[in-house]
Amino acid sequence: MSGDLPAERGPTDPAAATWDRVPPLLTVEHLTMRFGGLTAVDDVSFIAGQREITAIIGPNGAGKTTVFNCLTGFYRPTAGRLSLERGDGTHYLLERMEGFRIAREARVARTFQNIRLFPQMSVLENLIVAQHNKLMLASGYTVLGLFGIGGYREAERAAVEKAKFWLDRVGLTARADWDAGNLPYGDQRRLEIARAMCTEPALLCLDEPAAGLNPRESLELNQLLLSIRDDDGVGVLLIEHDMSVVMGISDHVIVLDYGRKIADGTPVEVRNDPTVIRAYLGEEESDELPPEVAADLGIAPDAGTQ
Amino acid sequence: MENFVQQLINGTTLGAFFGLVAIGYTMVYGIIGMINFAHGDIYMIGSFTALIGMALAGATGLLGDTGGVILALLVVLALSMAFNAVYGWSVERIAYRPLRGSFRLAPLISAIGMSIALQNYVQLVQGARPRTIRPVIEGNIVLMTRSDGFTVVLSYLQIFIVLVTVALMAVFTLIITRTALGRAQRACEQDKTMAALLGVNVDRTISITFVMGAALAAVAGLMAVLYYGAIDFYDGFIIGVKAFTAAVLGGIGSLPGAMLGGLLIGLIEAFWSAYVSTEYKDVAVFSILVGVLIFRPTGLLGKPQIEKV
Repeated sequence: MSGDLPAERGPTDPAAATWDRVPPLLTVEHLTMRFGGLTAVDDVSFIAGQREITAIIGPNGAGKTTVFNCLTGFYRPTAGRLSLERGDGTHYLLERMEGFRIAREARVARTFQNIRLFPQMSVLENLIVAQHNKLMLASGYTVLGLFGIGGYREAERAAVEKAKFWLDRVGLTARADWDAGNLPYGDQRRLEIARAMCTEPALLCLDEPAAGLNPRESLELNQLLLSIRDDDGVGVLLIEHDMSVVMGISDHVIVLDYGRKIADGTPVEVRNDPTVIRAYLGEEESDELPPEVAADLGIAPDAGTQ
Repeated sequence: MENFVQQLINGTTLGAFFGLVAIGYTMVYGIIGMINFAHGDIYMIGSFTALIGMALAGATGLLGDTGGVILALLVVLALSMAFNAVYGWSVERIAYRPLRGSFRLAPLISAIGMSIALQNYVQLVQGARPRTIRPVIEGNIVLMTRSDGFTVVLSYLQIFIVLVTVALMAVFTLIITRTALGRAQRACEQDKTMAALLGVNVDRTISITFVMGAALAAVAGLMAVLYYGAIDFYDGFIIGVKAFTAAVLGGIGSLPGAMLGGLLIGLIEAFWSAYVSTEYKDVAVFSILVGVLIFRPTGLLGKPQIEKV
């Protein structure tokens, strides 16, 4: 592999060359995002597999959210290619698509670090808005629907059913009629994930879904994400600081620091990687971590001996 | 008493008419937070389209009998709504969309420019003098007669105006509250970025909002043609500002607010003209605008605005 020019693509990519896991869902190649003189993401390549949970971790300011913003069309990358291959063989180049087309056609859904529900809509309506495109088509862009022509009623009923199914999955059925803005914090987080799932995504991008959750809620979140991976077959890309979530459920972890990828592998590989430990703790001569720091990182006392 | 009832009827008719125009202001404000100052002129274009349509119907002898009149009204209504929708869409596409994301005042100034451009365009094409049309819907029902011969009448035209308005408002309320389009509009109102991430085409949703407002303004335009029988290129300004007042009074951004505000402004204008002075009716309406802005800026049904950070 030469890889001397960032513009080179495809087989030259280091991440792709060694990829021997499940079929790839998202392939990020040489992603670079500059804002003026600041390089927020610098030549990052990685693969997120189908039916896998891929976590992106890294200290604050490492460029994790910028990667998400490039994936969902907020930013147009300075360089690089973002390709999404769905299981059905369709293929999309995300960096060339407008935001709403990424959601509608490539089917990438995302949630935000700071929750962005529609606060003045009911919980149920939040989930139905997420099925907007299907309903628009079924109603003949509203015109036919107004005259009761076509399958609009059927589609609307199916949308409500789907919404109820997800309310049930995240345990919000009893609060379906609440204004989303009035829900408690943990419920809002789960509703946001349910709403993203109602768009029937191929890739679900979650930006710190466990932030602000108590340990019990965090555990429930793990279960939900695992079931999204296993039962719905959706690939999950996760930014998370809570290491119990990252180490507990990820199949694959990517570590960013100062916009560059410094490690890429299974949770066990990553948490024993000296570069990663250095990035989190600064230069450290001794291998001995204070026990409380080790616990925060999710490093089991015997991890080094495995 | 008789005078009061008569003014109630007149005011309600007027209110229906203001309400239709006010909806255009309030929907656009709701979705992009901008006052579309060209909306009054879109209404004016609608009234000219309707006048030309009715004149053509008259020339073809369609207005001879009742069936013909109803047919002509429906056709002219549909055509001027469609025609106006194209104007509404174009104005948004030409004057506002390129400025989205620009500083807040830019689209506002662009709207004022669009308003002047539309006025001058109609002045050039149709001339500066008022255009008139003979009454199309005649006849009325006498409800009461006072001893001195004053009669309270409810004209068929007034019935027509109120019925059409109520029907249209019902349809639009249905669209906003019950359809996928309406949900998308409300979603865009609350968070455009998030709506786009859920696959909503935000630009198109905004365009449709302009189209809906323009179509309703066309209905008001037809009503003005039938009710007053005379229109000119400058009508859009004063009607536009009054409808804007109605939207502010009801709470700008709120659909029921626009309807309520329209009705109130219509009633106030009718009663003020009857009991105080016809000459100062505009003063009364605009004093309300000032008063509402000072004492209750969120309007009657408006929600208090929380500044987004």
